[in-house]
Amino acid sequence: MTRSKDLFTGSRRKFIRGASATFALAAAGLSAPKIARAAGAVKIGLIHPATGWAAYPAAQLRYGAQMAIADINAAGGIKSMGGAALEAVLGDSQTKPEIGAAEVEKMNEAGVHAIQGCYQSAVGLAASAAAAKYNIPFSVDVGVSDKLVQRGLSNVFRMADGYGRIAADASVNLAEINKAAGSPAKTVAIVHEESEFGTGTAKLVTKALASHGLEVIETIKHANPTRNFDNIALRLKSAKPDIIMPINYPGEYILLAKTLRQQRVDFMASYSVLGGGFNFKFVDEMPQIAENMIDVNHWYDPRSTSGQEMRARTEADGKYFTFEVYCAYMSIMFLADGFERAGSTDKEAVNAALASSTLDIDFMPYGPTKMVDGQNMGSRAVAIQAQKGDVQIIAPSDYASASAVFPRS
Amino acid sequence: MTLKAKNALLFGLAFLVAALAPVGISSKFYLDVLTLIFFTAYIGQSWNILGGYAGQFSFGGVMFFGTGAYTSSILLITFGIPPIFGIFVAVLMGAFLGFLVGYLSFRSGLRGSYFALITLAFAELLRVLANSVEFTGGGVGLFLTYAPGLKNLQFVSPTGFYYFSLFLLVISLAIALWLERSRFGAQLVAIRENEEAAEALGIDTLKCKLYAIMIMGGMGGAAGTFYAQKYLYIDPPISYSIALSVEMLLVSIVGGLGTVFGPLIGSIVLHVVNEVARHFIDTPGLSLIVYGVILIFIISYLPNGLVGLFRKTRGKKEDGGA
Amino acid sequence: MLSTSLSLLPAGIINGLMFGAIYALVALGLTLIYGVLHIINFAHGAMLMLALYSAYFLFKILNIDPYVAILIVTPASFFFGYVIYRWGIGKLSGGKDQNILLITLGLSIILENAALFFFTGDQQTISLSYSYDSLDLGFLYLSYPKLISFIASLVICGFLWMLMSLTDLGKAIRAVAKQREGARLVGIDVEHVFAVTFGIGIACLGAAGCMLLPIFYVDPYTGNVFVIIAFTIVVLGGMGSIVGALLGGFIIGITESVGGLLLGESLGQIGISLIFILILIFRPTGIFGSKV
Repeated sequence: MTRSKDLFTGSRRKFIRGASATFALAAAGLSAPKIARAAGAVKIGLIHPATGWAAYPAAQLRYGAQMAIADINAAGGIKSMGGAALEAVLGDSQTKPEIGAAEVEKMNEAGVHAIQGCYQSAVGLAASAAAAKYNIPFSVDVGVSDKLVQRGLSNVFRMADGYGRIAADASVNLAEINKAAGSPAKTVAIVHEESEFGTGTAKLVTKALASHGLEVIETIKHANPTRNFDNIALRLKSAKPDIIMPINYPGEYILLAKTLRQQRVDFMASYSVLGGGFNFKFVDEMPQIAENMIDVNHWYDPRSTSGQEMRARTEADGKYFTFEVYCAYMSIMFLADGFERAGSTDKEAVNAALASSTLDIDFMPYGPTKMVDGQNMGSRAVAIQAQKGDVQIIAPSDYASASAVFPRS
Repeated sequence: MTLKAKNALLFGLAFLVAALAPVGISSKFYLDVLTLIFFTAYIGQSWNILGGYAGQFSFGGVMFFGTGAYTSSILLITFGIPPIFGIFVAVLMGAFLGFLVGYLSFRSGLRGSYFALITLAFAELLRVLANSVEFTGGGVGLFLTYAPGLKNLQFVSPTGFYYFSLFLLVISLAIALWLERSRFGAQLVAIRENEEAAEALGIDTLKCKLYAIMIMGGMGGAAGTFYAQKYLYIDPPISYSIALSVEMLLVSIVGGLGTVFGPLIGSIVLHVVNEVARHFIDTPGLSLIVYGVILIFIISYLPNGLVGLFRKTRGKKEDGGA
Repeated sequence: MLSTSLSLLPAGIINGLMFGAIYALVALGLTLIYGVLHIINFAHGAMLMLALYSAYFLFKILNIDPYVAILIVTPASFFFGYVIYRWGIGKLSGGKDQNILLITLGLSIILENAALFFFTGDQQTISLSYSYDSLDLGFLYLSYPKLISFIASLVICGFLWMLMSLTDLGKAIRAVAKQREGARLVGIDVEHVFAVTFGIGIACLGAAGCMLLPIFYVDPYTGNVFVIIAFTIVVLGGMGSIVGALLGGFIIGITESVGGLLLGESLGQIGISLIFILILIFRPTGIFGSKV
């Protein structure tokens, strides 16, 4: 094209010079620390899949973390460090483990003192391993694979449950609910998505259920994504399980629920484990479908004042109070407590402080924190149920805010 | 100094700079970015061999990468064979897959978009299979243990992977340079320009295209091992999703089809644009919109790719600028 | 297990047929664009996503039933497609195939991320008052939305077939598809015809989006899950063939459904890729395609 020709007539050297200059400028721009604000701030890197199929959970995670950071700063920051303020350093993993790991390198050079992430276990694994090289404290806000805490890395921590404990909790809760109703349910059918999340959880749940006398008569694995659940619904209909247990992501979770209704599949309860689509939005937008559906998941304690306040604030901000919000909030609190007790940002000291944390989170149905190999043993997943447009905790009984409607009405 | 010698000197200097970069660049992040740039350029070059030189566009390039990754990983996990040997098997498997796909496709006379689409179909087929078969770990994927050491092709610091990817890049450039000078390369170009005429001239087009796709496959296989050993986790989406196939053709076309440095230039520019956009724009999505706009801009004004900035007409002798 | 699967076969086939009609509509747009303009539109999925969002917002904000919204979204999509081709793709690509590819790729990146930016990444679904009403076939409940979508797809295909075979515009399009230069020589404004064809293709997506919304969901990335299937159908049915796209849609829909029944929902996906490969190897011009 004439235009480029005119621009570059016989000036290859000039172009190379120009390009190198631009390149150098860009590189210089990149190396200048992005956040040149308060010196002495405690920087916490947040790595989440802000672009890509998991953009919504990422936005919720960022929101929760930033809320926590603002709250802690408003309350005086890290007092043992002279009131040092917390500061978020945002990173986008773009749903890819390699980008997540690269973000860790970037953040390390930006001088972060801790990192939180990553929603996807695969990214979390790569990122926390990268962080381990520099001993940066790494808190998993959401990430259910147990491999995250089984690698013997002394810098990796997780406040919420992994699928091992969640599977166990789910089975205990189901047995409890079943027993309270006179044990009408004997059989379970699991519908899970095909990747590690669904497959791993399904395996563990099947084992755990057996020890409670509940038999898994059908396990249906489905693709990610699945466009159409008609056949699965029909298969379930002919298998006639008492309980249907979905373990999948939001889009498929909702489609399955709708299809089960359309095909008039009869069952005592839909009891999902880590149901991606079970949240206030679902209950709000599809009350008929959601009514009496049960999920076992990370959930806040609705009886706590701080939990109610957080929910009110989140909804006032026009957002749904999904588990990502308070899991991220809790994770920041955990990190902040580590800095507070360590009295400095020295990585060794902070990791030690985190490992010995006994933090009690008021808005979560947890016991005091107790870290064993990086996993918080005080955590628990609770069974929640949609009842008349709201969500109640129905098990375990010491945290229940309402009794279970089981079998569903 | 002759043009050839001048180019050789430039090339040697560039290589020296690249080789010494880790000494000058203390930032591990930048080394990592460069590693990714080299990796993309390498795998882009593999696409370029078949797509740029031979003119056969493929949308399924990721299948060689994924197959290589699974090959060396399964050899490691199930048979304990260290990746330093496994990578060669990965190369062979990639080449073999290339042969299979190529034979089925080219023998049926598939060209143009038909060929591109069938490669996509093969990649999808492999993805579904990988999801359902036990020895690939199914949907769960394969986790590799962290065990740095040369025999595992794992390195503690990014510098190790930097040199690994630089090494791969140099090999890819060498292959392309060889193509430009060899009879085989000329045959590929002839096929690209006019396959019937090439056939009429006595070129065995089937054999040439098969060799080209086998080279692409072999190169892809090595890339898979590289990735597996660096990030220690692979699953069907990582190994067989279309994203990498698109990136391969993207850097080649943007950089310059059928040129030695096209994929490298394309990789550098696109990565830099992406990084800079992300650096200055925090809001998710916005930086990618800018990226998309710049991409369209580049293609609209440089229809021959960025390499076109360096030469006005192909084959015209450069006089080193005026 | 197998006996269960076999007993579900009749239902599976009907299910496949129903969903296949929607696949056909997505493929319809693609077969026209590909058959006439010979371009692979990487932005096809993103444009389907925009159609879905349009239907969604019309429902959410103005309470317009998606099946009524078709009357708004389809012409709007045509317009959008025409403009994008005439003053976008057509102009910027300089006619080179690989550049068109990249331009549509850039376009898809822009559209997806614009959707992310404006609408957030959250999945959105709708519930119609009749979403759960259905026709009781005994072995299967045929939900009304699916039934309506099926019929609407057939109607649109029929309409399009008449357009292509009976009208002057259709003749012009077919002429341009067969012989670009010849058409130009007899006075056909080729650029305009290209843009119209592209517009019609996107209009099909507009209709498909409206019909898909009640039985699916939308987020910035939903379009993509339909694109590979659309390509398979285009090739299966024959590029540029409307009847081919419809038939291909049914075949693929049934294959997917039956495959899922017999092989499991995960492995069952393999049927689509296999058909794709086999068709390309043994009859690349597809069922109704003509030899080039």
